[in-house]
Amino acid sequence: MTQLNSQHLRQYPNKPKQVYLFGTCLVDSFFPDSGMDAITLLEQQGIEVLFPQGQSCCGQPAYNSGYQDEAKAVALAQVRQFPLDIPIVVISGSCGGMMRHHYLELLDDVPEISAFCERIFEFTEFLIHALHLKLTDQGQPERVALHTSCAARREMGVHITGNQLLAQLDNVELITHDYESECCGFGGTFSVKHGDISAAMVADKTKHLLNADVVQYVSADHGCMMNINGALAYQKQSLRGEHIASYLLRRTQADKAAK
Amino acid sequence: MTDQQASPQLEEQESKYAKSARAFRDNVTRDLANSELRSNFRGAMDYLMDKRKAAFCEETELETLRIQCQQIKQRCLAKLPILLEQLEDKLTQNGIKVHWAETTTQANEIIAQLIEAKKGKSVVKGKSMVSEETALNDYLAQRQVECLESDMGEYIVQLAKEHPSHIIMPAIHQNKQQVAKLFAENIEGFNYNTDVDTLIQQGRSILRDKFCSADVGLSGVNFAVAETGTLCLVENEGNGRMCTTVPDLHIAITGIEKVVEHLADVPPLLSLLTRSATGQAISTYFNMITSPRKVGEKDGPKEVHLVLLDNGRSQAFADEELRQTLQCIRCGACMNHCPVYTRIGGHAYGTVYPGPIGKMISPHMLGLEATSDLPTASSLCGACGEVCPVKIPIPKLLLRLRKESVKPKDAAGEVMKGQGAGRSATEAFIWKAWALVHKSSLLYQLSMWSLTRFRFLMPKNLGPWTRVRTAPKPAAKTLHEQLKNRKSQASTGRG
Repeated sequence: MTQLNSQHLRQYPNKPKQVYLFGTCLVDSFFPDSGMDAITLLEQQGIEVLFPQGQSCCGQPAYNSGYQDEAKAVALAQVRQFPLDIPIVVISGSCGGMMRHHYLELLDDVPEISAFCERIFEFTEFLIHALHLKLTDQGQPERVALHTSCAARREMGVHITGNQLLAQLDNVELITHDYESECCGFGGTFSVKHGDISAAMVADKTKHLLNADVVQYVSADHGCMMNINGALAYQKQSLRGEHIASYLLRRTQADKAAK
Repeated sequence: MTDQQASPQLEEQESKYAKSARAFRDNVTRDLANSELRSNFRGAMDYLMDKRKAAFCEETELETLRIQCQQIKQRCLAKLPILLEQLEDKLTQNGIKVHWAETTTQANEIIAQLIEAKKGKSVVKGKSMVSEETALNDYLAQRQVECLESDMGEYIVQLAKEHPSHIIMPAIHQNKQQVAKLFAENIEGFNYNTDVDTLIQQGRSILRDKFCSADVGLSGVNFAVAETGTLCLVENEGNGRMCTTVPDLHIAITGIEKVVEHLADVPPLLSLLTRSATGQAISTYFNMITSPRKVGEKDGPKEVHLVLLDNGRSQAFADEELRQTLQCIRCGACMNHCPVYTRIGGHAYGTVYPGPIGKMISPHMLGLEATSDLPTASSLCGACGEVCPVKIPIPKLLLRLRKESVKPKDAAGEVMKGQGAGRSATEAFIWKAWALVHKSSLLYQLSMWSLTRFRFLMPKNLGPWTRVRTAPKPAAKTLHEQLKNRKSQASTGRG
């Protein structure tokens, strides 16, 4: 599962002119603002962002449920939507992990699939390693926490790049919450198939985030956030999570205005 | 191998774990509600995770060792049949008798016959999870042979009439107050006392007498070396050495996957095993058993036997991907780091082996009919795979088991007992429809358009999801729509 070593040795493009955005199905229908903010951040760097309208879902829900034929049909349909040889930026660590690592086996009979997988970059990974993004914090001092999805952490190394981005924000104090690397209990269909176990896990995750005494938490995965935010709302807590793209954009907005 | 000639009573014995594994969901509900149990597990797992972390301070060294041990286990598994034959030859030359058991019943019968031949009435046992697999204690009890567990954790579990909840720390589900109460209720003359040293001394003094008086010593095996015919046993309490040296008859039982090719394969595996399990650089005792007592020697058993058990392992062996399950060296790190195991504890699984390794190996032992809930009871967070000393891709194997579990029952090329046991017509239909929608751009956009336009129809009650969470609310407009007529989006990338 751990692919971090290969990740560290990865070749990154240097400030490409064009990228594709893979928006993910969850962002598409539930959290489109995060997608828009990610695009704005990329465009601020002078990059043209292409969003193929034919894209839908990476196929992970069926794949993780054991329905590999169905997952494969959907995965194949995605691959065909991104024909140009330019980076594909994915605004979710777990969808990124699916497309970068699991497509290799799922679509092993598709010619050039490894070249496609090589073009997959998780959003924060891309900002740090391909764009060498430098952020100027315009916000007030505040304490925030970072939640990284497990796939993001273990398949894409996003806890490192997410940390690096937040560390650039001078007025943001990044607080490590207890059991930070522990799963929030989402796990896609797991949260429904084994609802009781998932509930116990998210109860602990929200408790640890609340104990961290932060104004908010940020994450690069809307799957986890739908779970954690949903639980926080149910508990009538005011703490919420926000996609890292939206957070970074908001913290640097004055900078953009000044230009 | 020979046909099973098990009595109905024994068949019932064998399916004991299948029955409790089937009750997984009920077990989970029961144990999640037990706050003392949950706090015991959380505390113990935190402790074990910290110990492991401290034992591997150099990340590169750990990674190098993991790769080395993965390769050792893969090499040995690749030539498993040859190595098993070589092991038998070497052990026989050394004077250790080898017995083969395809099923747990066969293993129990072999052991019972060996004991009977010596008119044995009492067995003192070192820790052996394989003997838990065969439910040996129950089997022998029915034949008026008394078994006493001599590992302190196993002793506690036996006294409490329970099963191990962890493969390394069998009584980890109990805290010291619970153990003190158990001792006070079951041991004559013991007054309630929660001092850990006092508790251990109490247990040890009872066990001491038993080592001297038992007719038979029974143990597991951590590594069986084919090259030299050596049985290696890792332990901390010295009870393993007592069991394997004091009684006249020593019976070892292990799974066929424990064979390694060379003696030189053992040191790296041992180093990873103890550090991954308890954070120890090495265990307090490491026993290497190569023969029974020789002429002129003053101690050691007069007879040594090894029972090699299959119990579903050859099913895993037959498939190249599933074979990786057998790389496991039983360190328990996967359960120590598993957020599901930490919440539900070891007994909820209902199987001999709990946690991630249990989810992987139990379907081979008990069939998917009884265990199809196990591979899905994981968020696939990957914490287990990250710490596995022999780099078993645990999440990937769980995915594979899910796939086997939802395959049509009559699909060709069955690789697992109980293929298709987890398949429901409704779920299969849902994924078919899902794929149809998501592979067609038109249908997908139409359905997302409907979802957002009719978002006021989104139900407030979404089953298990909304028992502890609010329902997510679809956006007013999809990302697709928002980007459709955007200026900088003139190109769709096809131009």
